[in-house]
Amino acid sequence: MNAIEIHNLSKSYGKVQALKNISFEVQQGELFGLIGPDGAGKSTLFRLLTTLLNPDEGSAKIDGLDMVKDYRLIRSRVGYMPGRFSLYPDLSVEENLQFFAALFGVKIEDSYDLIAPIYSQIEPFRTRKAGKLSGGMKQKLALSCALIHRPSVLFLDEPTTGVDAVSRNEFWDMLATLKTQGITIFVSTPYMDEASRCDRIALCNEGSILSIDTPQGIVQHFDAPIYGIRANNMLALLESARNAQGVIDCYPSGEWHHLVANTNFDVSKFESEFNHMDDFIIKSIEPTIEDVFIKLMKR
Amino acid sequence: MSDIVISVKNLTKQFGNFVAVDNISFDVQRGEIFGFLGANGAGKTTAMRMLCGLSYPTSGSGTVAGYDVMRNGEQIKRHIGYMSQRFSLYNDLTVLENMRLFASIYGLSKKHTEERATELLNQLNFMSERNTLVGSLPLGWKQKLSFVIATIHHPDVIFLDEPTGGVDPITRRQFWELIYKAAENGTTIFVTTHYMDEAEYCSRVSIMVDGKICALDTPTRLKEQYSANSMDEVFRTLARGAKRGG
Amino acid sequence: MKGNFGSFVKKESLHILRDKRTMLVVMLIPVVLMLLFGFAISTEVNNINVAVVASNRTDGVKDAVEQISQNEYFTFCGYISPDQIDSKLRSSEVGAVVVFAADYDRRVEQASKGIPSKPLIQLIVDASNVNTAGSATAYLQNILLKSDAQQAMFETRMLFNPQLKSAYNFVPGIMGLIFILVCAMMTSVSIVREKEVGTMEVLLVSPVRPVKIIFAKMIPYFTISCIVLVMILLLARYLLGVPMSGGIWGIFSLSLLYLVLSLSLGLLISTIAQTQIAALLMSAMVLMMPILMLSGLLFPIENLPSFFQVLSNIIPARWYIDAMRKMMIQGDAITAVWHNCAILLGMTIALLGISLKKFNDKLE
Repeated sequence: MNAIEIHNLSKSYGKVQALKNISFEVQQGELFGLIGPDGAGKSTLFRLLTTLLNPDEGSAKIDGLDMVKDYRLIRSRVGYMPGRFSLYPDLSVEENLQFFAALFGVKIEDSYDLIAPIYSQIEPFRTRKAGKLSGGMKQKLALSCALIHRPSVLFLDEPTTGVDAVSRNEFWDMLATLKTQGITIFVSTPYMDEASRCDRIALCNEGSILSIDTPQGIVQHFDAPIYGIRANNMLALLESARNAQGVIDCYPSGEWHHLVANTNFDVSKFESEFNHMDDFIIKSIEPTIEDVFIKLMKR
Repeated sequence: MSDIVISVKNLTKQFGNFVAVDNISFDVQRGEIFGFLGANGAGKTTAMRMLCGLSYPTSGSGTVAGYDVMRNGEQIKRHIGYMSQRFSLYNDLTVLENMRLFASIYGLSKKHTEERATELLNQLNFMSERNTLVGSLPLGWKQKLSFVIATIHHPDVIFLDEPTGGVDPITRRQFWELIYKAAENGTTIFVTTHYMDEAEYCSRVSIMVDGKICALDTPTRLKEQYSANSMDEVFRTLARGAKRGG
Repeated sequence: MKGNFGSFVKKESLHILRDKRTMLVVMLIPVVLMLLFGFAISTEVNNINVAVVASNRTDGVKDAVEQISQNEYFTFCGYISPDQIDSKLRSSEVGAVVVFAADYDRRVEQASKGIPSKPLIQLIVDASNVNTAGSATAYLQNILLKSDAQQAMFETRMLFNPQLKSAYNFVPGIMGLIFILVCAMMTSVSIVREKEVGTMEVLLVSPVRPVKIIFAKMIPYFTISCIVLVMILLLARYLLGVPMSGGIWGIFSLSLLYLVLSLSLGLLISTIAQTQIAALLMSAMVLMMPILMLSGLLFPIENLPSFFQVLSNIIPARWYIDAMRKMMIQGDAITAVWHNCAILLGMTIALLGISLKKFNDKLE
């Protein structure tokens, strides 16, 4: 059985169509990433799947249960961490956890083994107010609270937004650990570099799914030659490279500009043309998720 | 004016016993894109506030755009631009109204305002949207717009606080092109972020841990130095030792 | 899902206890208001000049006059003739006139046997100073009446301000306002805060019924309001000397009903408002302004333009304040204000019904 099955789901807010006819499945025990920029419809999809919203069209099943008919049952089986910090800042770490345990009618001790690897890290601060925790610790508490009732599916909406790189990395490590416990994890992020931590990812933009595959599969999808170029004057390089022969697209990408070429592109010719620029380098590179995303968006 | 736009020496900020910023020193050149990185609570925000003339250092000295951070906070504010992810623009004003508002805040003359507005709208290719309410623009457009508006008074330095979080990859690249262009024209860019892919765009980056700057170099050299594949790895190596959290 | 209701209430109570400043304000405002009015009154109760009209100065009359003159609040300034009453009061030479019936002694005797009869004492008070008039009446009644049976034979006439718009009248007014403030404003803000922070999403995704969440939120605010209610009643009785002769249980139970009504209003606001600021504004504009303007708190309803008189009928505070005035000051029993009670009860049921229906467990 699939943990999540989505069939032709659509949702509009007034004139704005937030989700356009989306369909896909998430398997049991999978760590599935929904990756796309703000406004892609990620949060809407989360609210639909956690039964906070009803769809305009289409349907979805969570854990085999219908999102509209069985929404009460679904609510007792899913864990949800919304995009914003969703705990009570004026309650202590312990009080928050106790409250969420009571909310789901469970005892902390019964789920302690599940949350222990995460909660034990913040337990020394259990009397501290949740609002006074650092970003990383808040996240650990929020995750502990979302797990307190041993959900079979965990929904995490942009858990790593606004969190520093070290904490983000720790967070993904925690998710990997949870995955080994058999929990299905559905997570969204606007940061493409986090894609590689997922089993499978769906790239989404403006309410549509652009592509679904493993991170490797998505990258292999990129069928054009791609190069990294750099020089002392990055801006001048960018502008002239765009006009060079055989160049489909050229855009900044961190330290390098990425250059997407077609079959007419001649590397050595390009190199000789640009060699007069200070510190000019061109090298063949592996495409990244972002490169794929850009290509799909421009299609 | 010299070619050093930001110069900081032994800058320290203490709140009671807590040393938020601990004796930091660095120089930023004109036209540089300077990445200012650090974990949550490392002291980035405090340091940036001092550089923007919003708070006074406890000790140390520094100049921004030629003005002393100890004495000329008000002058500094007039010569810098500031853009943060949270506050960008007034959603209930049109593109042009926002431009005029910020122009008047920085005391541009009426004639100069209209010239600059036209110039910026052309730069964004946005002339046709000048009477659109900012609230109805997509996020990426808002971000680009708030960046060019931050440059409306030709500031010497622009401070960017996590400028492109959550923006789609294409718009994000257009945004960085705008930054490159501004830097090319001699504007210094000072970016704080905890997204390391943004760090890779910078000419130089500094990494703050527990109030101190523990690394400062070009991304390439930092990666070599820490034999890392990405700035993300460099950052994690350095910040893992951090003792305090936000 | 049993047993978690208690922890909901506990969590709400913690929120309130942790926000000491708000809590202090809520507790202090009523006390401060009551003290302000209390001092305004107590400075003026002393030394009221009393004149007496008695065609037969019998022993019974003399006894009564003796008691008046011995009282610390009153100064006896002699017997006057009935046609002097108006001029003496008008010139403020005296603040009150006690008129004894010609056959005072016989009527007292009849009254003690339980035979109903015409008034034996008439009290004419200069009510232009509302504070004095109210207390003077109360004190004189206490002094002059020897038995409950005589109550019926006591007639009071307030000259110059027959409605007795007194400082007492502010007490029900303050109550009408404070409970809306505490209950409606605070519950709505606390529910909307959860929407704003994002915790509401998590609560909704849990299997707990929204009704539970709501009632758990109401209980602590209801408790606080009860404490405030007791405080106000104590201050009113013992500091201001508000008679409350209509019966404390009637006053208390009608106030409890009004508390529930205020809570329902807060709930209704929380279903409409999306931000805390909006909730605050709505509470202030939709609840406070009409209470101040249309409930008879500041302006007598009968003095309002007729449109506003009609409009005032939908203001719950109007019915509450009116009933409380009758019970606390005029001494009516709760049975005498049954139709105010019925209206308030109807409003409560309607409001609670609407807001529970509107508060659904989805986000739209």
